[in-house]
Amino acid sequence: MIPAAFNYLRAHTSDEAFAHLQQYGAEARVLAGGQSLIPAMRFRLARPAVLVDINAIRDLNVLRVNDHALTVGAIARDSDIERAPWINDTRWTLIRDVSRVVADPVVRQLGTVVGSLCHNDPAGDWTAAALAARAEVAVRGKDGVRHVPIDEFLVGSFTTAVGEGEMALGVHFPAAGDRTAGAYHKVERKVGDFATAAAAVQVSLGADGTIREAGVALSAAGPCAVRVKEAEEILKGQRPSAEVIRAAGDAASRRSEPQGDLRGSVEYKKNLAGVLVVRALRQALSRLGVQA
Amino acid sequence: MSDEKPAGCLGKAMKRKEDPRFLRGKGHYVDDIRLPGMLYLSLVRSPYPHAEIKSIDIGDAMKVSGVVAVITGKDLEAAGLGWLPTFHGYDKQMVLAIGKVLFQYQEVAAVFAETRGAAADGAEAVQVDYAPLPVVADPFTSKTDQIILRPDRDAKTNHIYHWEVGDKDKTATALASSPKKIKERIWFQRCHPAPLEPCGCVAEFDAMGRLQFYVTSQAPHVYRTALALVTGIPEDKIHVVSPDIGGGFGNKVPVYPGYVCAIVGALKIGRPVKWIETRTENLTSTGFARDYHMDVEIGATAEGRLTALHVATTADHGAFDAAADPTKYPAGMFGVVTGSYDFPAAHAEVDAYFTNKAPGGIAYRCSFRVTEASYAIERAMDILADELGMDAAELRRKNFVRKDKFPYPSALGFTYDSGDYEKTLGVALDKIGYQALLKEQAEKRARGELMGIGFSTFTEVVGAGPSKHFDILGIKMFDSAEIRIHPTGAGIVRTGTKSQGQGHETTWAQIVGEELGLDPQNIMVEEGDTDTAPYGLGTYASRSTPVAGGAIALAARRVREKARKVAAHMLEVGEDDVEWKDYKFQVKGVPAKSVTMKEVAFAAYTNMAQNEPGLEASYYYDPPNMTFPSGAYVAVVDIDRETGEVKVRRFLAVDDCGTIINPLVVEGQIHGGLTEGFAIAFMQEIQYDKDGNNLNTNFTDYLLPTSLETPAWETDKTVTPSPHHPIGAKGVGESPNVGSPAAFVNAVVDALSPLGVRHLDMPLTRDKVWRAIRAAQVVTT
Amino acid sequence: MKVNVTVNGVPYEREVEPRTLLAYFLREDCGLTGTHVGCDTSSCGCCVVVLDSERAVKSCSMFAVQADGHQVQTVEGLANGGTLHPLQQGFWDQHGLQCGYCTPGMLMTSVALLKRNPNPSESDIREGLAGNLCRCTGYQNIVKAVQQASAAMGVQA
Repeated sequence: MIPAAFNYLRAHTSDEAFAHLQQYGAEARVLAGGQSLIPAMRFRLARPAVLVDINAIRDLNVLRVNDHALTVGAIARDSDIERAPWINDTRWTLIRDVSRVVADPVVRQLGTVVGSLCHNDPAGDWTAAALAARAEVAVRGKDGVRHVPIDEFLVGSFTTAVGEGEMALGVHFPAAGDRTAGAYHKVERKVGDFATAAAAVQVSLGADGTIREAGVALSAAGPCAVRVKEAEEILKGQRPSAEVIRAAGDAASRRSEPQGDLRGSVEYKKNLAGVLVVRALRQALSRLGVQA
Repeated sequence: MSDEKPAGCLGKAMKRKEDPRFLRGKGHYVDDIRLPGMLYLSLVRSPYPHAEIKSIDIGDAMKVSGVVAVITGKDLEAAGLGWLPTFHGYDKQMVLAIGKVLFQYQEVAAVFAETRGAAADGAEAVQVDYAPLPVVADPFTSKTDQIILRPDRDAKTNHIYHWEVGDKDKTATALASSPKKIKERIWFQRCHPAPLEPCGCVAEFDAMGRLQFYVTSQAPHVYRTALALVTGIPEDKIHVVSPDIGGGFGNKVPVYPGYVCAIVGALKIGRPVKWIETRTENLTSTGFARDYHMDVEIGATAEGRLTALHVATTADHGAFDAAADPTKYPAGMFGVVTGSYDFPAAHAEVDAYFTNKAPGGIAYRCSFRVTEASYAIERAMDILADELGMDAAELRRKNFVRKDKFPYPSALGFTYDSGDYEKTLGVALDKIGYQALLKEQAEKRARGELMGIGFSTFTEVVGAGPSKHFDILGIKMFDSAEIRIHPTGAGIVRTGTKSQGQGHETTWAQIVGEELGLDPQNIMVEEGDTDTAPYGLGTYASRSTPVAGGAIALAARRVREKARKVAAHMLEVGEDDVEWKDYKFQVKGVPAKSVTMKEVAFAAYTNMAQNEPGLEASYYYDPPNMTFPSGAYVAVVDIDRETGEVKVRRFLAVDDCGTIINPLVVEGQIHGGLTEGFAIAFMQEIQYDKDGNNLNTNFTDYLLPTSLETPAWETDKTVTPSPHHPIGAKGVGESPNVGSPAAFVNAVVDALSPLGVRHLDMPLTRDKVWRAIRAAQVVTT
Repeated sequence: MKVNVTVNGVPYEREVEPRTLLAYFLREDCGLTGTHVGCDTSSCGCCVVVLDSERAVKSCSMFAVQADGHQVQTVEGLANGGTLHPLQQGFWDQHGLQCGYCTPGMLMTSVALLKRNPNPSESDIREGLAGNLCRCTGYQNIVKAVQQASAAMGVQA
């Protein structure tokens, strides 16, 4: 299919991009990876009058880890994360797992994390990971740059806190301290399919071996990725055990509100949500040397 | 060029001669063709599955920059081209909708424009006013005739035909008196072959008024004749060229409305027209495959000897009967449903119905409904084994047609040429380590783990076919070869087939090389150009090797006969004193006195004496029978109870396709066909909801497995040549798709049998498997 | 809009609509028809080319205007005159193609794959090619082709 006609603007700085977006408002879309936008344009489901290409903005091509956070700029690619030198660090195992199953290995070479968060597909992978890792998105608006916690950033299906004329600059995944590991378990019918169900978890253990912090989120379980607060509360403060993990999984099953579709029925997907949370928790804990 | 004696070309794993151009990106596909002044065609399609067309307004479309013309069904009707006869001949289909639409995505208008973008913009701007009509979304509802879908037909019914074969009374009696019986509704779901290259064409009327028609066609000559009959253009003024084709699998056999619109556009506008469909159009409007609901009944003695088989099928044909079957076979070769077994009595019947879905039915390596038949019998045999408490391999072996019974007349009218089913199964059981697997399975079952072993011991029928039985639009299903050898011992062979990846440029050269003692590297192969290729029926249903392969061998032998005369002159002996031995012409009894074919070729042009100059012959081959490839496939699966995921741990395919021309090519065909069978078994379906909406319109919803999901394939062979084929070859392209779905399903059902599961329909999605496990758990707790 | 794209080392300057996909730019504006279009959902990978010597990208999901000022390598740029690239040789020797339609995309994805991972395991290859569909080969011989190429290129290096 051939997209509808549009005007193309290439920005070389963030200021330039922002100015274009402010000028054109709802008529403009940001073009980063384009791996969700361009297919939508080919079906004419998206028909922006103006595309603002941000791929030449050096400042946005950031992928940096320090003691505080992993910073992912707006045009850092999924595959850059997959191959990052720090990707085998236990702290980033959730991020690593996700980076290997988003879309397919070629799409990942252009696709971006920030783009995926802004797209907010109900079955997206990065949104669930961002929830479990308690990420924050930097959004530039008329009043300057604000940092939006991911729970507020994800508003609803394909809707985020990025308003008309605004742009997302990057996402920060906080470095959650020692003895942190995560895991992402995704069931897809084949590579490139959206998740039938997926679970993102990140756990941090205290010195006494109890769970200090837990992040549990699901994809393909509602209008957008959801945090399973009940599961996090079940886990927090507890010593890891099969019972605790099972209870967290059951909470995830209950919390999951999937659509029945070609990938599976509501009943199946809810079951799967629980199964995947259990498996992801077990794997995250085993990465910390704990069998449960 | 090689001067060495060829050590025999059959059975050689030659690298393919055609590969260099594909590797360099220099394949020549239809969309690669650009002609000066060429326009692009985009089709407007109906969003409604069943609706009256109240009006079509092309005003806005004509105003779109770059749009040159728009035509509708009414325009085609005025030109006598409103309807196309389908290949099956008993029905016709609309080219562009006239009066109403009958399936979602049906073609409604054709927009011609200067660029692809303008054509798409123009198509978007065509305004169609539809009045929706009630939808018939399945054949069982259709059967009630409450809504008549085709008032254009004489018989006002949705029932298209009833077909049957076999002995109805004998079978019914045998079943009634059988101590053991099973009956099951087995559905082969609607799916789609989806080759990676979509269908398309470029049409141009040249300065001589000839129609130059480049098209993705698996049967270029049939297209030429069909176009001549339909359009009235004399057949010599039509030049059909099928260039390189990016996969066919039966998708590129029917003549599609886009082709006709392109031709009409080229004629009316006086400029070349290109039509390349999108993937969505391919999946929603081109020939689907399968959709057979089969009620299978098998009778047996208590010891497991088969007594009778009855199959009653309800076939969903979509809105038009465009199933590209040979004329007298509306249900194709479904009569092969007795499979590899010696049934004393059998009766098969098929009733077909119209529905508000895309037309088609014959596609996806089906060998004309053999995939459906094979799946039905192989699935049902497992159900019978379960009923009898017998080992599934043992039940099969007990009832195989024995090796000494060939040629074997089946109860449904086929004469199987040859087979050694016990040997083939034996190789499979041995190689898969069956006894060890059974032991492992018993241990796993004791622990509640789900492991399954599934068989498929199929016989299929290909090589359409003998003129007394088969024709397409009246044209008998022979095939042809023309061979010309050049002075320096190189040559060219042209046939009526058309490869879409099967390797004919290599395998046909190997046959010629074998028959004539020449180097296949220097035998050029040409197919697909109707100006130069001899008339043939094309490539589908695994017919190329059985029919054209036979023609090539026999044409080569005619060349050899002519060459023998020249050789005799060269050797200064009488013709009867010359024999062809060790790939040379030798004086009988004096092997030292010999000449090679290469030497004879030169002499045929320079020193032929009173013989006809040159070295050329052709052969049009009417095969005496079909051929019957067979195989024994085994699948081993492990199932994750919590997710319903099926892991295919091993898959072994032992095929018997008779003489093998090129083992590399054969193995490649098998890998590809098994991958298709795997996809069908686990993830593929073209579904329509109850309102007639197509739910699988692109590759995000109609799934093709990737390198990660696809199992590793193990292959092996037995060789039981076809006694009637000039080189003993049977063909193999479709066998893996014919045989494998049942092996997968049998393995999954075997894994679930401790839970009381006896049958599951494909595709075996995770959800479906998970539910079957849950249902059993609910029952037992 | 005017775009300047270097394809296989050759500069192309063309006038295009912004909506022209890179795949069609290569095929029609540059006359390089080796890159194929097989689907409309970025699923099949027949259109894969290599961008800036580094990334395999689906050229059906990129606009030609985005490639302005960049370098693209297509299948036509793989061979060195008469000498096939080890990947092309691998596909030929191992019968890794039948109809040839997915082949250019498979080759270009493999080029990028081997650049990142010169010694891939079988499962690395199967994972790395999972964005490229094939209907004919069942992938098995394609995997062998890439393994042959990586061994050959390792020897050369």
